[in-house]
Parts: sequence; C-alpha cells; structure tokens
Amino acid sequence: MLVEIAGLNIVFAGRNGPHTAVRNVSLTLGTEKLGIVGESGSGKSLTARALLRLLPPAATATAEVLRVDGTDVLQASERRMQTIRGHRAGLVLQDPKYALNPVMTAGAQIAEAWRNRRKGTRREAREAAIDLLAQVQIRDPARVADCYPHELSGGMGQRVMIAMMLAPDPALLIADEPTSALDAPVQMEILNLMEDLVSRRNMGLMLISHDLPLVGHFCDRVAVMYAGRIVEHLAADRLAQASHPYTRALLDCLPSLAHPRPRLPVMTRDPAWLA
Amino acid sequence: MIVVDDLRIRFGDHDVVRGVRFSVEAGGSFGIVGESGSGKTTVMRALAGLNDAWDGYLQVAGVPLGRGRNADLHRRVQMVFQDPYGSLHPRQTVDRALSEPLLVQGIGDVDRRIRKMLSDVALPAAARFRYPHQLSGGQRQRVAIARALISEPSVLLLDEPTSALDVSVQAEILNLLTDLRAERQLTYLMVSHNLAVVAHLCATVGVMSNGEMVEILSTEDLRAGRTQQPQTARLRALSLEMN
Repeated sequence: MLVEIAGLNIVFAGRNGPHTAVRNVSLTLGTEKLGIVGESGSGKSLTARALLRLLPPAATATAEVLRVDGTDVLQASERRMQTIRGHRAGLVLQDPKYALNPVMTAGAQIAEAWRNRRKGTRREAREAAIDLLAQVQIRDPARVADCYPHELSGGMGQRVMIAMMLAPDPALLIADEPTSALDAPVQMEILNLMEDLVSRRNMGLMLISHDLPLVGHFCDRVAVMYAGRIVEHLAADRLAQASHPYTRALLDCLPSLAHPRPRLPVMTRDPAWLA
Repeated sequence: MIVVDDLRIRFGDHDVVRGVRFSVEAGGSFGIVGESGSGKTTVMRALAGLNDAWDGYLQVAGVPLGRGRNADLHRRVQMVFQDPYGSLHPRQTVDRALSEPLLVQGIGDVDRRIRKMLSDVALPAAARFRYPHQLSGGQRQRVAIARALISEPSVLLLDEPTSALDVSVQAEILNLLTDLRAERQLTYLMVSHNLAVVAHLCATVGVMSNGEMVEILSTEDLRAGRTQQPQTARLRALSLEMN
C-alpha cells in the first residue's frame, strides 16, 4: 500500500477553542487512481498535506495509522520526510504561476529536482530535464527548458510542474486541483497526460478536486468529503448510483448542456450529514 | 442594447481581437465562450470602458462609446468579476462598497437603496457592516453583484462570475442572476469557458477563437448539436463528455 490512513484527525488551535477540520478519515491507496472530492473547507487538501507533513503550523494531526510508502509520517524524522517529499511522493499544485519559482528557468527547476535524487553532472541533469519535458508532451522541450514561468501558458506551466514531480521517479503523485486554473480543452490534455504517465509508470495517484464529474471520469475510486469527513466512498463508474444525499446534490446542482433546466436545485444541507 | 461592430484590439504588435461583430437586444443575454487567450475578456473590458485602445464601433443603450470616461455610461454598464475576493476592497465594509457607486453617480437615498439591494441579492441585513473576509465566497459574490446593480444599470457584464465558486454556490448565484434579469429587464453579456454555465444563462452564444468570433448560434442549436464550426463542436463535445 502506498498510502494508509486510519482515523486521521486534524485540529486547528483557534481563539475560540480547537476546530476540527478533518475528522476520522480513513483510506488506502495502492497503484490506482483515487479521487478526493469536496467543496472548499471540506478538508480534502489538508488530508493530502498531512501525508507529506506539510500542514500549517497551527494544525495538529493525530491518527491511528498515517503511512506513506511504509513510513509512519507522524513518527518519521524530518530527514526521512525529506526523502518522501519529492522523492517518493510528488505534489502537483493548482496554479503553476504561483507554484513554480519565477526567477528560475523551467529546465533549471526540473534539473534541480532531478539532481536532488540522483548524482549527476549539470549537463546530465539538463538532458534529463529536456527528456522529462518531452515526456510531458512539450513539443519543443529544449526551447521550453530555457523559458521562465511567466513565458509559459497555464497548460505548459502545469506540464513543467508535472515533469518536475516525475524527475525523482516517485511512487505516488498527489495532485491538488491540478487543472482548476486551466480552461476546458487544456484541462483534458493535462488529465489525460497524468493518467497516461501514472499508469505507464505504475504509480499511485491521489487527485483532489471540487469537480465530481471530472474526478469520476479519471479515477478508479472516489471519496467524497463533507465538513472534514468522508461521507461516501465508491467506485468511479458507480457515481450515478451514489447513495449519499450530499454526493447526489453535488451532481444535481451542476448546469448541464444536455439537460437544460430553468432553475438549478439548491443544496439544502442536512445537519444529519455531520453525524 | 449592445452593438459591437468590427472591433479590433491590439496589444503591442499582437492582434488580440480581430474584427469581432455581434449585437445583443435589450433584455437579451449573450454568452462568449472560447479558450484562454481567445480574446473574450478583452472584448468585455472594452465595453466596460476599461480599455480605450480599440478600433471599430461600440454602442451601448443607443449611445456610441467614445474614448475616455462617461459617468452615465459607467452607471448603465456594470461589471461583475471572477474572483469576488480580488474585486472587493479588503478594508472596506459592504456598506462602503455599496455606497461608493451611489456617491460617485450622485444618487441619493443611500440608506434605503443599500437595504433594498442587500435583500434583493438575499444577503442578511447584518452583512452590511461586515468586511469581505468575514463573508463566505458565495456571499462575497452576492456583494459584488449588489455593487454592480445598485446604480441601476441596464447592462451587466459578467466575467466568469461563478468559476471561483463551489458548485453548490454556483447554482445559487446562477439562480440569482436568472431572477434579477427577469425582475429588472437587464441585458447580460457573459464570458466563461464553461459552456454549460453559459448555455444555462444565455439565449445566444458566440464562440471566440484566436481573436475572432467564429460562430454565433442560439443555445437551442448548441444543445442540439447544430454547430457550423469545428471550434464550437469541440467545445460542445468536451462539455458533454465531462457531464
């Protein structure tokens, strides 16, 4: 198992007492594609960040089991965590504009990630970077390697980010809203690319998104989070048969090109969902 | 209500908008879709008076647009932006945000108008003296809509008004926009890359690609697949696949 989580709680210390942002979350991930879906504040990103011990300082994570690639994240030394972050598990973030270093060329950033793991000369690292750019289907990899992030489009930036994460050959890719900053056609390209790379390299993928149909399209399994809990866990191809009213409401409130409605149903949040 | 004829906009030596032409009748709703960089927001910003460097002919409410500022035009044409967090002043209360357009336009009766406007966009009266960070994303977008509507415009320009919102909140805001248009006989011009959202709110859709409006078609034709251009067919296929 690449990821094992049992009974994860994440608590923020606040002025008005502690606030539990993630409550009793349990899930496992092997070499498969797992989608975690929820609205803002549902705890989906925090759950993923807890795996890399990248929580904000005010947050405390406790769990019965919290393991990435066999390492107990709650007990591991900082040194051990550094080999997990980047090496065993890559993290792709939403907006390449903010996640890439603005004063380093794309090639230099990928080469840095590559040399972090492997011993090699500068020249080898650059060649590896160009090869990785080609793997993420950039047409002119040598030119793009010399570009700064502001010279790249959103889709290109996200490809650079994926190339950087793939450089150390990780076993797990965590993608937190990797395509929300992109428009629809580019979104599809990036997701197809990730799907292809993950299955070819036999990796595990954790795809975090607010977009339930999109996740259902690309993942094997989907966990739906609401107010810090997993309210439903189901196979992606059974999304249409979702039983939890929150999952159903999430699907129902989307406007659809095929099935027009004069008004969209508005979600009524049932306090029982918090039970 | 809106006439755009042979609109051309260039940034440096790059043609961003290349001869765009469309019109929207009073009370109508027109949506512009297209990939990022296709020029859709640039068209809207010219109509809003945010960019003077255009060539061609623009007309709003029977008045041709000139260069420079025109107070009455800015009262009649209001815009709602994508990210309500970015478009509201973080250190101004809702009350201040809503009273400013009234003061600028010299419209009196501020107190009553603000109370009425808040209730029209279904915000609690208590929201009036809150700051943006004390509101949820959906409430912030309601404030942005209220600020646009408080000067009683006839045209609302909507630039991706729901793409920064959760889907449940998106449904509420789309319903609100539908109701407001019916109540106030507003004319909508909306820009979005989400075809389903545009089709939900607009009767006519214009597809932009590479600075040109390659096709204008009714939402019914779009839904039924009666498209003429490959760009339109591609956007439609993507939208259907993802829903």
